[in-house]
Amino acid sequence: MDGYTTSELWSIFAMQGFSGLSLLSVLLLMALGLAIIFGQMGVINMAHGEFMAIGAYTTVMLSKVALEYGFGNYYFLFAIVASFGVAFLVGYLVELGLIQHLYKRPLDTLLATWGLSLIMQQAFRSTFGAKEVSAELPEWLMGSFKPTETVDIPINGVFVMGLTAVVCLGVFIFLFRSRWGLRVRATTQNRVMAGAVGINTKKVDRVTFALGCGIAGVAGAAFTTIASTGPTTGSLYIVDSFMVVVFGGAASLMGTVLSAFGIAQAQSILQFFMDSSMGKVVTLLVIVTILMLRPEGLFAAKVRR
Amino acid sequence: MMKAMYQNMLGGRSGMIGLLILAAIIFLVLPLGLDLFRLNLVGKYLTYAFVAVSLVLLWGYGGILSLGQGIFFGLGGYCMAMFLKLEASDPESTKIQTTPGIPDFMDWNQLTALPWFWEPFHSLTFTLIAILAVPTLFAFIIGYAMFKRRVGGVYFAIITQVIALILTILIVGQQGYTGGVNGITDLKTLMGWDIRTDSAKYILYFINGALLIAVILVSRVILGSKFGMLMLAMRDKEERVRFSGYDVADFKIFVFCLAAMISAIGGAMFTLQVGFMSPTFVGIVPSIEMVIFAAVGGRMSLIGAVYGALLVNYGKTVFSESYPELWLFLMGGLFIAVVMFFPNGLAGIYDKYEKKLFTRKPRKGSASAMSSRTLSDPQPGPVRDAASPPAKGMGISNQPVN
Amino acid sequence: MSNNTDFILSIEDLTVSFDGFKAVDMVNLYVDKNELRVIIGPNGAGKTTLLDLICGKTKATSGSIKFKGKELTKLAEHSIVRSGVGRKFQTPSIYENLSVFQNLEMSFPRGRSVFGCLTFRRTTDVIDRVHEVAEQVMLKDSLYLEEAGLLSHGQKQWLEIGMLLMQDPELLMLDEPVAGMSVKEREQTAVLLNKISQNRSVVVIEHDMEFVKRIAHKVTVLHQGKVLMEGKMDKVQSDPRVVEVYLGH
Repeated sequence: MDGYTTSELWSIFAMQGFSGLSLLSVLLLMALGLAIIFGQMGVINMAHGEFMAIGAYTTVMLSKVALEYGFGNYYFLFAIVASFGVAFLVGYLVELGLIQHLYKRPLDTLLATWGLSLIMQQAFRSTFGAKEVSAELPEWLMGSFKPTETVDIPINGVFVMGLTAVVCLGVFIFLFRSRWGLRVRATTQNRVMAGAVGINTKKVDRVTFALGCGIAGVAGAAFTTIASTGPTTGSLYIVDSFMVVVFGGAASLMGTVLSAFGIAQAQSILQFFMDSSMGKVVTLLVIVTILMLRPEGLFAAKVRR
Repeated sequence: MMKAMYQNMLGGRSGMIGLLILAAIIFLVLPLGLDLFRLNLVGKYLTYAFVAVSLVLLWGYGGILSLGQGIFFGLGGYCMAMFLKLEASDPESTKIQTTPGIPDFMDWNQLTALPWFWEPFHSLTFTLIAILAVPTLFAFIIGYAMFKRRVGGVYFAIITQVIALILTILIVGQQGYTGGVNGITDLKTLMGWDIRTDSAKYILYFINGALLIAVILVSRVILGSKFGMLMLAMRDKEERVRFSGYDVADFKIFVFCLAAMISAIGGAMFTLQVGFMSPTFVGIVPSIEMVIFAAVGGRMSLIGAVYGALLVNYGKTVFSESYPELWLFLMGGLFIAVVMFFPNGLAGIYDKYEKKLFTRKPRKGSASAMSSRTLSDPQPGPVRDAASPPAKGMGISNQPVN
Repeated sequence: MSNNTDFILSIEDLTVSFDGFKAVDMVNLYVDKNELRVIIGPNGAGKTTLLDLICGKTKATSGSIKFKGKELTKLAEHSIVRSGVGRKFQTPSIYENLSVFQNLEMSFPRGRSVFGCLTFRRTTDVIDRVHEVAEQVMLKDSLYLEEAGLLSHGQKQWLEIGMLLMQDPELLMLDEPVAGMSVKEREQTAVLLNKISQNRSVVVIEHDMEFVKRIAHKVTVLHQGKVLMEGKMDKVQSDPRVVEVYLGH
């Protein structure tokens, strides 16, 4: 890091930090969905990235419609809801047709959902074409703030960050403050007992899985503000999202938030100093090394096993 | 002694028949029935079969799913490729380069000297040792770190996947040292022997086939020993094994290293037969596709894995030639179908079919024969290569080896 | 209790806490050679955790566990087993897919390393030992059952005891060995336990008081992670504190 003055370094950190915000938001939303599905249900969803792509494609489609009818400035909020809805619905159907038969075989679920992701990718390619498509962003999402001379903060990053915070809060309230959340947690802890006290555990599973997919859909909507969407967009994020979940300690939502922050920031700052591939290699290597030293993740409770 | 070999290496009568059929297909039917171009393709598929066999040991018997077998396939392949590349880059044939005598891609990337870790690959002996030792050592480090800390199951799968990703990014990113995304290409001779000629292709195909059969035999010996029984026990009740005085991690490390070594042999044979090595065979996608070869063949069947690798790749070739857009649907469907409906793959279907076909023979007699052998046989029983549904637990089924 | 080396097992000030909750709290316990000790106590008293600590499944927060004068708290599970401690789990833990013979064979204390397993031979001493133990745990007739999972629940319990006997441990720990057994099977198990404790020490966790009476030399009562009292069965049974926390209901 020679050749930079301290104040320049701070600006770099600040700017890379803020440009990391968008990445952080997408990663965090992806990881949140995964954490719910994996942490609460023990299911590995390799097709999670494709659910993100569903959300992204939904947003792109809506932006085309919106432009046609001239409400391009407001559609985005609606698109977020729609992305959630479509991904939720597809997730619900997938649970019904596939996942529910595999609950006791986590490794098999992993393979089956990988197959699902291949099918979904090809479906995107057949429907929307192999080329990447992008949404027309409303004007108010463009541009950037300039708090000081050297620092530049993109508005879309801030918006997406806010959206992520709202979703996180929503998930938290849903899981820890609502009746449904209570059912979900009860089912996680003791499936048989939960069933015995009258909780429809199958329905709980279905809604939990669909919810996780829905949040991935929101991640997709957020994704359209920073990049264009292609059939394999989702698969680029799946490994990183898994790292976030595992690194944070699978059962801890707070851990997921912190680890998403750490990983996204480390990557974006390292990528400034090295080339982008080495930045990624170093980040992943550090995570894998830490996981080898502390396999239960950073935030896991000690319990009698 | 002879009897022990018969039981363990050949898997008894039916195991021997299965092996003979496979050998006949590899050594007679395919070479006689296919032109050289197609046979060379089969040879390529058979190098994947090494990985599929390694996954039967690791995943089918050990219950350890590695989504990073491409790492070891790739390491083996790259070691071989480095040797061949150095031989192809003698000062004479590279004299138009800025720095003659180093591989062309290094010259393109402004390297002026051979990197230190390339130096020993001038020696064939070193290369052959490295092909086996480098991947095994790498597997040992990963395995030691993970299994000693009891990381297993899904976590292990994901971490191996990430390591495959790291290695791919590294190879692609470090173009000057690795050849980057194109890999190491333009390989020509092995100690002066031109590997691109028709006769060399035939010879390499047969060497490949013989190595594959040898690997299956060695695997059978291992599975037929108490080690194989212990693996089943470990998958079923790991705690009980640990509290019977076994260090469970050691066994997992061993089988992971063994699987790495087997995959590496496949990788090296790939480089020799196909004439190049690239990061396309290292990453996440090839690694998980190799799992599906084993799954289609039957995750508990060594021989099934070979057929799985052949069949899936044949399908891939046919479809990519005529309906490329359908292939991913089919591949995806295969993953789902094999998990949902055919957990034991082809081997499972074969068992069922074979049972029906031979009902006149006292099939259930084989069960009691099995038990009495347990008593009288001085060896732990033969390899139980066939499978029963994993949900019920797969263990000692009494179907013949296929 | 002046000299620790008189005891085969001496536990001192043993404590383990899970996120602040002390499941075992400053426990002291001494087991003699060839003694059959029963640990009783209400659910959640820390009985199973205590066995987990001894056999290394759970690591102690503080305190010491000495087996024949050797500290166990820092040893790996397999080393503890190899030094002579055997443990049966609460739910029968056997290899369901292996034959009864193989279940016992796997527990034979030879060829426990990777290399040892690869070169293991089923010699006559192994076969003889398997037969001897099978006889002892009343499974002689089922020895060639190809899947041990087909045994009855009680037989599985016996098989697991048999697997431990294969190792010939000096200290045998049994977590609820008669759970799920019929009256007759309980009877047979009591006889079995009395027999096997003749040349080794045995620690048993049990809820069935009739059964405890038949086998126990001495009883330790655990309550909320602490030793409530210790002594002969009749003394323990009449103690008002024990009656209140445990026997009373």
